[in-house]
Amino acid sequence: MSSDLVMYEEEFQKIDEELQKLFQQASAKVVFLVDKNGQLIASAGETREIDTTSLASLTAGNIAATGGIARLLGEKEFTILFHEGEKDNIHISLIGQRVILVVIFDKRSSLGLVRLRVKKASESLVRIFNEITSKAEKDKSEGKLDDSPFAEISDEDIDNLFK
Amino acid sequence: MSFINYSSREINCKIVYYGPGLCGKTTNLQFVYKKTNPEQKGKLISLATETERTLFFDFLPLALGDIKGFKVRFHLYTVPGQVFYAASRKLILKGVDGVVFVADSQIERMEANIESLDDLRINLAEQGYELDKLPYTIQYNKRDLSNVAPVENMNSLLNPRNVPSFEGCAVTGVGVFETLKNVAKQVLIELKKHY
Ligand SMILES: Nc1nc2c(ncn2[C@@H]2O[C@H](COP(=O)(O)OP(=O)(O)O)[C@@H](O)[C@H]2O)c(=O)[nH]1
Ligand SMILES: [Mg+2]
Repeated sequence: MSSDLVMYEEEFQKIDEELQKLFQQASAKVVFLVDKNGQLIASAGETREIDTTSLASLTAGNIAATGGIARLLGEKEFTILFHEGEKDNIHISLIGQRVILVVIFDKRSSLGLVRLRVKKASESLVRIFNEITSKAEKDKSEGKLDDSPFAEISDEDIDNLFK
Repeated sequence: MSFINYSSREINCKIVYYGPGLCGKTTNLQFVYKKTNPEQKGKLISLATETERTLFFDFLPLALGDIKGFKVRFHLYTVPGQVFYAASRKLILKGVDGVVFVADSQIERMEANIESLDDLRINLAEQGYELDKLPYTIQYNKRDLSNVAPVENMNSLLNPRNVPSFEGCAVTGVGVFETLKNVAKQVLIELKKHY
């Protein structure tokens, strides 16, 4: 279980800032970041009307499926996907092999602008995720995490979840 | 692969329902969906063919409750069972934290069960997982039918390690929550070992 993702407040803030920045600079409707396994990490913009949990899972499925196609063709992975709709467009990019950045935009923006801004944001996000990884490795080698929700978890706590 | 977020105080885990075609995986999720409170669940997403056979996956996000101030969420997935969807099954196993193997209890489906279980082991191994080291629960489904194999036989065929197993009838919900609860518990206990 080497690839669990543990996210602390500090890194989360940085990610959040990056997404806010991207959201504004790309004139996007919504921006969000999804783990490759389909879990939503963070979002920015008009997310209220969107079922982000489902969107995250389907986006990851989409990336996984095109990744499978890529391997069949002898490509490593398709790192950018773009879907064009009547009103909204969606730009999906794979960042550092690990997370998926999704930008939804309409005619207030353009593919060119989104591409450019995504590229910039990707570089920062890769750096942040590298920090997260090295921090997690350090924590693991030093033993349990501070303030771990699992530290004193009891059978009863787990049973209570299913009441 | 679980996702522990200290900022939003959430723990997210992924559980995959595996098994041969038509064994009742989708029905398990449908029952869970039907019986949970609206505030605890997201949409049940089914990527299915026109005849309601699972094409890529079903997905149901469930928020169970809190542990030590952390919201515990399980993402339930099913795989498409038919042999020719092998590539899709592999993809869905990525990042799995716990597996439910749904076996079809009908005697004529024993071979399909065995084949699917072999397929599960192989696909997990390709991702670097070992079934014997993962949280893992078996459900013997369709116990309501008349042509079923005795549970002891199924156990010796499909469950040599004697992992937790439950008899089920997913259409009426028998065994559905018992199975889910068992695997979820194993997942959390496993996480506790690491964090
Ligand atoms: N009699 C009976 N039928 C079941 C049971 N569980 C599922 N089924 C039926 O079996 C068929 C296939 O179920 P489905 O959940 O789609 O299988 P999947 O391919 O594993 O997703 C459906 O017609 C279900 O209603 C059960 O416990 N008993
Ligand atoms: Mg199905």
